[in-house]
Amino acid sequence: MPVIVVEVMPKAELLDPQGKAVAGALARLGKNQFSSVRIGKRFEVTVDGQVDDALLAEVRELAEDMFSNSVIEDVVSVTVTETAPTA
Amino acid sequence: MRIGVITFPGSLDDRDAQRAVRIAGATPVALWHGDHDLQDVDAVILPGGFAYGDYLRAGAIASFAPIMSEVVDAAGRGVPVLGICNGFQMLAEARLVPGAHTRNAHQQFIRRDQKMRVENAGTSWTTAFETGDEIVIPMKNADGRFVADAETLARIEGEGQVVFRYLDVNPNGSLNDIAGVSNLAGNVVGLMPHPEHATEPGFGPDTPAAMSSGTDGLKFFESVIGAFVTA
Repeated sequence: MPVIVVEVMPKAELLDPQGKAVAGALARLGKNQFSSVRIGKRFEVTVDGQVDDALLAEVRELAEDMFSNSVIEDVVSVTVTETAPTA
Repeated sequence: MRIGVITFPGSLDDRDAQRAVRIAGATPVALWHGDHDLQDVDAVILPGGFAYGDYLRAGAIASFAPIMSEVVDAAGRGVPVLGICNGFQMLAEARLVPGAHTRNAHQQFIRRDQKMRVENAGTSWTTAFETGDEIVIPMKNADGRFVADAETLARIEGEGQVVFRYLDVNPNGSLNDIAGVSNLAGNVVGLMPHPEHATEPGFGPDTPAAMSSGTDGLKFFESVIGAFVTA
């Protein structure tokens, strides 16, 4: 079944405490080649049927209005992939 | 006066809010997130907790609950609405107040008796205060960091929509030390600290006078009741 993948990231100018905590752990492990980590979200929306332009437009709208909060986050991508149906 | 308190799956402080309403002299009305009915209440409280597990974002899924369409309508008609902690997050997610919330800057859950300054005593929930009053209200949250873009911050500071500001300590990294905000009309107010936990001597924050004797939260409820009685 087709899967629509939505990726959401915290806005670049905002503090990302989770990413900062992971970056701190990397530094403590001696992995000094990394300067920062930011953590976002990935939504995989399985579609019952075919993906057409109207459905994609609807998911883009949901991505903006529900999956993300535009005050603190940006929708960075909305893509369609095909996966084998699960048993 | 009848004040509705909406219970969501994961609400924690709905009973405390009902109790605070009763102590302040009004009648609490239990409302349910899944209904499309505010039961003709005169004001609405969105209580604290972790509605819908705070999945997605704090308050996000709750802001899409059935009863929220009635809350949005009521807010537009001027009905007083108070969002406490998780309720504040819901108001922000529903775009009834400006801004949004992220994880506390220090990444930890915090619980403390918090000093705040009342920055605007002209809202539906603050008329029993004087602007400039310093009050102590308990707070407890993980996602309490108020953020907004620079333009929004400048606008709400200019319009008097910053209603409460943290004093002494900024407990979560909120921009401009903002603890609570209102909509432009002033009938919708959201704040992170919990006024309902400071309404009864013996169960509130410590004061110089006595342990647990702080009742600064009572004035939130007295404000909205006072305006109703004189209306």
